Amino acid sequence: MLRPYLHLVRAGFRRHSIYLAASLAGLFTNTVFGLLRVAVLLAVVEQTGRAAAYDAADTSTFVWLGQGLLAVVILWPERELALRVRSGDVAIDLARPWDLQPALLAQDLGRAAHAMLVRFAPPVLFGALVLPFRWPQSPWTVLVFAVSTVLAVVISFSIRFLLDLTAFWLMDNRGVVTVYAATTGLLCGLTVPIAFFPDTLRVALYTTPFPAMLQTPIDVFGERGSAAALLAHQVVWAVLLIAAGRFVLARATRKLVVQGG
Amino acid sequence: MDRVRIHLRILGSRVRSQLAYPVSFTLDTLGQALGHAAELVVILAVFAHVDALGGFARDEVLLIFGLAAISFGLADLAVGQLDDLPRWIRTGELDVLLARPLGVLPQLVTSDLQLRRLGRSAVGVVVLAIVLAQGQVEPTPLNALLVIGTPLIGTTIISSIWVVTCSVSFWVIEGRELANAFTYGSQLTTAYPITVFGPWLRRLLCYAVPGAFVAYFPALALLDRPDPLGLPHFLRYAAPLVAVAAVLVAALVWRTAVRHYQGAGS
Repeated sequence: MLRPYLHLVRAGFRRHSIYLAASLAGLFTNTVFGLLRVAVLLAVVEQTGRAAAYDAADTSTFVWLGQGLLAVVILWPERELALRVRSGDVAIDLARPWDLQPALLAQDLGRAAHAMLVRFAPPVLFGALVLPFRWPQSPWTVLVFAVSTVLAVVISFSIRFLLDLTAFWLMDNRGVVTVYAATTGLLCGLTVPIAFFPDTLRVALYTTPFPAMLQTPIDVFGERGSAAALLAHQVVWAVLLIAAGRFVLARATRKLVVQGG
Repeated sequence: MDRVRIHLRILGSRVRSQLAYPVSFTLDTLGQALGHAAELVVILAVFAHVDALGGFARDEVLLIFGLAAISFGLADLAVGQLDDLPRWIRTGELDVLLARPLGVLPQLVTSDLQLRRLGRSAVGVVVLAIVLAQGQVEPTPLNALLVIGTPLIGTTIISSIWVVTCSVSFWVIEGRELANAFTYGSQLTTAYPITVFGPWLRRLLCYAVPGAFVAYFPALALLDRPDPLGLPHFLRYAAPLVAVAAVLVAALVWRTAVRHYQGAGS
């Protein structure tokens, strides 16, 4: 039952390990952006010692975890499935002896595991070596962080899946994806900690799944707030979004007309 | 003259094809504007906690941001499609361009003029207008010239950076993201006072890659304030010279790269 999906996790991992040069180029870019972001935020924090309960070490930890996790959770969708919907190839995907949503999730988890090694670890280690860094106090935190990161990937995947499915109705979902990609970095706490926002805005953001994709794993790592509450927020959104994905996929499949063979 | 007419006709057809799908076009433009407004929100969020960033007040940073945003949007419009160069090389489509009796760079530039990128510049224009309305900048003829000229010169500088870094694709096919560090990175380095970056980042991304001349130095002239770093006074008016130098370097690198190109075997 579960075995084919475990194979898909492995396949997702191996598929991405082929493009090492591309991974290294991406790594370089993440690191340069990390240095720029850290410079701006440290310029803020250094004036008063701390801003929104972030001191220098918290700030640089925030930036490097964000730059590392960025490639793991993928904030900017690649529209692979949407393009298959547009070309009609999705009919083949749906005809395969698997359940499409978990199959794609399994591949995405494999991809994320590869990104953890190649795209997450190096910038975080770099940041930890050259700048002040906050390692977790309790060894358990690392485990909770791992769980939180998996949940973040599941949530991000579910949203990307839903965005791709809009192609069933729009044919070209580029506009939707552009708007999503343009705002997600800000809404999920990549460019600036969500704690920097005014209270009302922050509360409003936590009624959405956005912080759960990036800010939450970072907060878990930094031991900021109750880990149980943070994970609960993630679990609720993961379940809701997966259910929404299944519902929309069912509607979309009913709409699909396969012509010829 | 004929060549210019050909390119103008190509551009006209690209513009018409984009306006054929108004909903998609509007959403795309909105997305670009939102993307740039996100950086504006970062600046505003930061200034909720401090009064100055790198020695500059909020409106002064916004002046730099506005000038940089207009330049970046226009440069992205002009040469942003060079991001697709690795794909053109990999699929062999570049070979087709080389065979045509027109320059490769003009062909690439007119291949996909994406008007939606003006969304970014629009954010810059709005921010610049609001800052200027605050009356921080003295309304002198020189300042008027600076306000109009700076975004155009900045566009030239960022476009040159884009051409140089994308030329890397001729050597490293999978290096697309490598170029992003400098092209999209310049969106960040030009939008903030260079005083927030440490000495090494400043040397590399503000002077060697001349990001500081896009908005920071002209803004010092507009605000009529001394450079906190104590750099020579003439630098604030040096942007046009830097732009000329940048174009020359870009032309040289691009030509060398195209000569080096031997096809990807496809």
